[in-house]
Amino acid sequence: MDDPILSVRHLTIDIPLAQGTMHAVRGIGFDLKRGETLCIVGESGSGKSLTSLAIMGLLSKKLRQKAEKLQFAGLDLRNQTPRMMRGLRGDRMAMIFQEPMTSLNPAYTIGDQLEEAYLLHRKAGKAEARARAVELLGKVGITAAESRLSQYPHQLSGGLRQRVMIAMALMCEPELIIADEPTTALDVTIQAQILRLLSDLQREMNMAMILVTHDLGIVARIADKVAVMYAGEVVEQGTAAEIFDNPRHPYTRGLLRCIPVPGKTKPGERLGSIPGIVPSLVGNFQGCAFRGRCDVAEPICSEMVPVQEEGQEHMWRCIHAAGEGASEGVSQGVRP
Amino acid sequence: MSDDVTPPVLELVSVTKTYQVKQGMFAKPKPLHALNGVSLKLNRKDVLGLVGESGCGKSTLAKILLGLEMPSEGQVLVDGKEITAGERRVLARRIQPVFQDPYSSLNPRKSIEDIIALPLVVHGVGDSASRAQSVTKMLDLVGLPARVRRGYPNQLSGGQRQRVAIARALIMNPEIVICDEPTSALDVSVQSQILNLLGDLRDELGLTYLFISHNLAVVEHLATRVAVMYLGQVVEEAPSQALFANPRHPYTQALLDSVLTPDPSLSVPETYLGAAYPNPISPPSGCRFHPRCAQLKDICRSMPPPHILGPDGHVDCHLYAAATTQ
Repeated sequence: MDDPILSVRHLTIDIPLAQGTMHAVRGIGFDLKRGETLCIVGESGSGKSLTSLAIMGLLSKKLRQKAEKLQFAGLDLRNQTPRMMRGLRGDRMAMIFQEPMTSLNPAYTIGDQLEEAYLLHRKAGKAEARARAVELLGKVGITAAESRLSQYPHQLSGGLRQRVMIAMALMCEPELIIADEPTTALDVTIQAQILRLLSDLQREMNMAMILVTHDLGIVARIADKVAVMYAGEVVEQGTAAEIFDNPRHPYTRGLLRCIPVPGKTKPGERLGSIPGIVPSLVGNFQGCAFRGRCDVAEPICSEMVPVQEEGQEHMWRCIHAAGEGASEGVSQGVRP
Repeated sequence: MSDDVTPPVLELVSVTKTYQVKQGMFAKPKPLHALNGVSLKLNRKDVLGLVGESGCGKSTLAKILLGLEMPSEGQVLVDGKEITAGERRVLARRIQPVFQDPYSSLNPRKSIEDIIALPLVVHGVGDSASRAQSVTKMLDLVGLPARVRRGYPNQLSGGQRQRVAIARALIMNPEIVICDEPTSALDVSVQSQILNLLGDLRDELGLTYLFISHNLAVVEHLATRVAVMYLGQVVEEAPSQALFANPRHPYTQALLDSVLTPDPSLSVPETYLGAAYPNPISPPSGCRFHPRCAQLKDICRSMPPPHILGPDGHVDCHLYAAATTQ
């Protein structure tokens, strides 16, 4: 069958701190095929950005990273030298960062920054790289592309800068693209355009895409697969329809209750919330990380968390079985 | 409504704010109309949602209401009385802000107690004992444990910091709170807690909010009225339910179309807006929205749109001109 282009198994990232080791990412795994979009959702500190940096090989050396498997297009990313990783980044895998203001170099023109990766990886001439840059700027919907090449980042608006970032990531037609909150800094109108553009280009170039975000609206509209991260773990994973129509993990259910949905939530009605805070991940941690905030937690949750599966892709980490509504059915079956 | 006996808590009458923007060493500076004839009314316990893209003048409006800027033309009326320059303190007692980013809006070197009590100190209200008492009351009101008062902002989570910012805004017993994107820097689960808190406080204290946000789902949830701004003008204003059920201005329609509701059966919408937000120094002729409008007519290029009053609210658009004149 179709082999996944990216395969991650049991990835852990530890951060050594003065007060102990922080287990920021605790054994996550997923597969991604060409042309597929995986959305990683989670709150700040859940490890979603670290995971994407780990795949790109951009983690600081101070962090300890381990994985049973970290394979990209048949290459084992665990034993690539820094030089080999540099050869991959910008060529076969590329990243779009959140803040176009800080991730573009203010001292270089848009043209220079666009062409850099192409000149480096494709051993192309300046003219060829320039032509490619113009082509890509046109593709991301920037008019008068030629004249833009000599402009500096500060001369562009936020939406245009983000388009330049996308064009830059696509210069060498990567097989994998990782977008870390690509639209958080933008207006809603521009957000819709950028997301549409990304998904159109992804389909056109048959790229695999990982989109890191905390906006459930974006996830629902763009994802094929969703991984919900909490405290360094993927607590639930499945297709977009499974996650939104049939969420199993209490955290996913909680998140979905927190957002006002036009047409469903009555105006002014109290929104659901998840009380409490994310536990500290410093030191040894056992059991379910969500138990302190979970309304269906039980004593056994502090000891073990089984992985449950349903269908082909749907997986979640919770003691509560499939079909049991976390807030409805379960509470009756449990002892008082 | 207009011959109501009680005047609105806050009223803007064709407020214009013009900045002079330098064009170069020898060139004459050009005027930039950040606000261009904005008229708005806030009645008690209203929640006015203010939406629009960045650069449309939302924050300038907030600054004028807070007395940080004076309007170039037009009036700001509080309880029917005009506010003039030099009355910032009067304004500050009645109108208080909650800002977007609780990480940068709280002084990291001050304790939580000092931060919350600062407005009292500035206005010389009470002595230290009564201030401490007020702080205790505020902490309780916004749902923070009493122990945080001796702490510092870096010991608190984002949601707790935003609660501190709300406590600081409420300690002067203001009537109007200006919330400038109060939840956009927060996580989803925390965002809902802050929204619930703002709703509760409004009911409890009879507060009036000006709620600036680009999250339209949140605006729909909280606001009673909505004003849509485009290039320094309010292009449509209506009760929240009416506006979301039946948006009239093409810009409002495009804004609503771009809301991403969490429905996996839908894909990303096409807004037909184009990326080009016009340069505010040289705004387009006629209707300022015409280069991006999906329902463009010839008249839109040359004539500014008429101001069409509805049963409750207004829309500035040529599309509805025929209906009223005939």
